[in-house]
Amino acid sequence: MSAAPQKAKPGAEQLAVRVSAVVPLNDLVTRFEFQRTDGQPFPTFSGGAHTVVTMQDDGRTRLNPYSLMSDPADTSTYAISVRRDDQGRGGSLFMHTRVKQGDEMTITYPVNLFSLDLRARKHLFFAGGIGITPFMSMIHQLEQSNGNWELHYSVRTEALGTYVDELKYKFPTKVHVYYDDQSQSIPLETLLDGQPLGTNAYVCGPKGMIDWVHATASAAGWPDAQVHSEEFLAPAPGKPFEVRLCKSDKTIQVGENESLLEAIERAGVEAPFLCRGGACGQCETDVVSYDGEFIHRDHWLEPEQQAGEKIMPCVSRFVGKSLELDR
Amino acid sequence: MTIQFNEETFRDDYSFYNSDWAIKRFPFPFHEDSYMYSVNMEQHRGGPKGSVYEMRFDVDEHYVSEMRDRAMVLADDPLRCQSLPHMTLAGWDLLELIMVSKSEDYPDLFELHRDGNQWRWINKPLGIDDTFTFMDETTLPYGPMEYITRQAQGDFCVLDQRDEMLWMDAGMVTTQADWSLDFDIGMNFFEWHAPVPLAHEMGIFKRALKFLLNIQQGAPARRLNWTMTVNPLLDTSPENYHKWGIQKTTLTPENIGSKQHLRVELQSFFRLPRSNALVFPIRCYLCSFQDLMTVPKWGRRLHRVVRDLPVELATYKGFIDNRPMMLDYLEQFDDGLPTSRGVFPDLETEPPLTKA
Ligand code: HEM
Ligand code: FES
Repeated sequence: MSAAPQKAKPGAEQLAVRVSAVVPLNDLVTRFEFQRTDGQPFPTFSGGAHTVVTMQDDGRTRLNPYSLMSDPADTSTYAISVRRDDQGRGGSLFMHTRVKQGDEMTITYPVNLFSLDLRARKHLFFAGGIGITPFMSMIHQLEQSNGNWELHYSVRTEALGTYVDELKYKFPTKVHVYYDDQSQSIPLETLLDGQPLGTNAYVCGPKGMIDWVHATASAAGWPDAQVHSEEFLAPAPGKPFEVRLCKSDKTIQVGENESLLEAIERAGVEAPFLCRGGACGQCETDVVSYDGEFIHRDHWLEPEQQAGEKIMPCVSRFVGKSLELDR
Repeated sequence: MTIQFNEETFRDDYSFYNSDWAIKRFPFPFHEDSYMYSVNMEQHRGGPKGSVYEMRFDVDEHYVSEMRDRAMVLADDPLRCQSLPHMTLAGWDLLELIMVSKSEDYPDLFELHRDGNQWRWINKPLGIDDTFTFMDETTLPYGPMEYITRQAQGDFCVLDQRDEMLWMDAGMVTTQADWSLDFDIGMNFFEWHAPVPLAHEMGIFKRALKFLLNIQQGAPARRLNWTMTVNPLLDTSPENYHKWGIQKTTLTPENIGSKQHLRVELQSFFRLPRSNALVFPIRCYLCSFQDLMTVPKWGRRLHRVVRDLPVELATYKGFIDNRPMMLDYLEQFDDGLPTSRGVFPDLETEPPLTKA
């Protein structure tokens, strides 16, 4: 129509925030709480939503998604919990070592790629490690509407059981915790069997756990649509490579510790994105030509599209002689 | 701005009319001299002052009469408003969105006072002053979606988002262009669009769905759609086709200017915060051919668009039989001069009609 042409901005709307609290929870996980700098209330959100945090790391901009784990109805504070990843590309290290109470940051409006199916008679949650975070906000939401839920949470050790004490104290009959170091594991088959009709299952955790829940549920006859998952894909580091961006007529280098999307942005080329985790589809980019191998890590493209047609630059990489993209 | 609300009807004697102000701000849908389906979406972040694009929910001179017409439709057929049980939370989201938007955008007409969950809503044009508990249905005379959409112009579809798909699981639909909520309820995006010609083959719905699934909180979008309606009738539903379908045969060369209306839908898309549902308001604007012809650019352009529209579209939109008569009328207002780009009237810059 073009009544008032406006160019779509990449990414979700931004909110300016101040870090109102930094709360170490255990050796690996720290909670960060935010308040808006303009004093306005935050938008409410739906359980399972995430926000993308912008980090200014010595001239380099990092954008990492984190699940919102505060009460969605609390419009004064947003909270995220960040697990330190010593092998990763540094976003979580930046949060742990550099971010202090009182710092000003930018985060996006909530985006939900892992929402509750509100038709469900019962919500069955499976969390592994830091995968607990989206369930924290879902539990808040369901508690307000008398929702029927149950959590099965597997952690490495008691010392690393993020929010275990709080959850067990508040919901002693609904929360079940399993400790790896005590050789406990979620009795998945038994749990999937014998659920009331209309139960939906949700899993968030390491990839192995997600695959296990999907496969077991599928074998037990659960419809795919009733098993929901969220895997946080952090862009993995990899060998540097060169890319030609046709539309903008630029050749760029993708460094070992940055994603292809970040390298595109660093070159001043605007590229669409939303989740930066391979799940939303926004950053989909056409491949013009290539000579080499793709390292696809997204959950978005079909296998035939991954065979040289498209790439998701937020998480995927390339090794080989040359790559030309339509960007 | 104070709006003078029209005393008018959309049925029986059809006393509906547009003031000069309403004609100038009519959302003429053609930005060039031809039309074809496209993924014509843009951000919904305001627009030129006074235009229908400026506010999140436009309120105009037809507000009070349209709400009266909606109440009559609902009294005859309560199934025009439906909400599946899991959509109540989305209904509260919608109630909040509309109350907050209207009270901020039209402070002289609407007021919202919030004290925790105790809310007081004042709607001056409709004479409403209600106090209720947010999220407690028992404190409102209707469910939250029905309550607020009885006070908001345009139809509303509330879509649940699951499995990378949108589902029509709730809605208030009384001013629709020949489709039925009762028929479409529970359907998905591809199912309810099944009757539309050509667009599926063009891949429009696949791309549109991807776009919609990614609409985020704080970043609403909008698009326009249009059709033709004989007489200023809001309720052109399949349920009542027996009443309005025959009116299409009452068109004559003498009455076409006043009877034939261009019907434009300003459709917008908002992500709802608590439910993660999507709301799709479809706001209907009507303008008679003779009023449209007061804008020379629109006269020239409407003739060319109607003349060159593919048969499939003219058939789907229900005016293929009347097209020759429309063209005879519209042709008088097309002198062959070029037209400026964009949808706005450009009255200062576009030349007057140079044809007797
Ligand atoms: C979720 C939001 C939407 C809803 C609820 C919706 C609903 C509908 C319905 C009920 C119809 C009438 C179908 C019939 O004949 O029974 C329709 C028609 C149509 N829709 Fe949508 N729609 C939505 C979004 C879109 C979008 C984003 C596009 C973008 C291209 C689109 C394109 C069309 C077109 C081209 C038609 C035919 C209209 C005509 O020629 O008059 N729709 N839509
Ligand atoms: S930004 Fe979401 S898939 Fe790449």
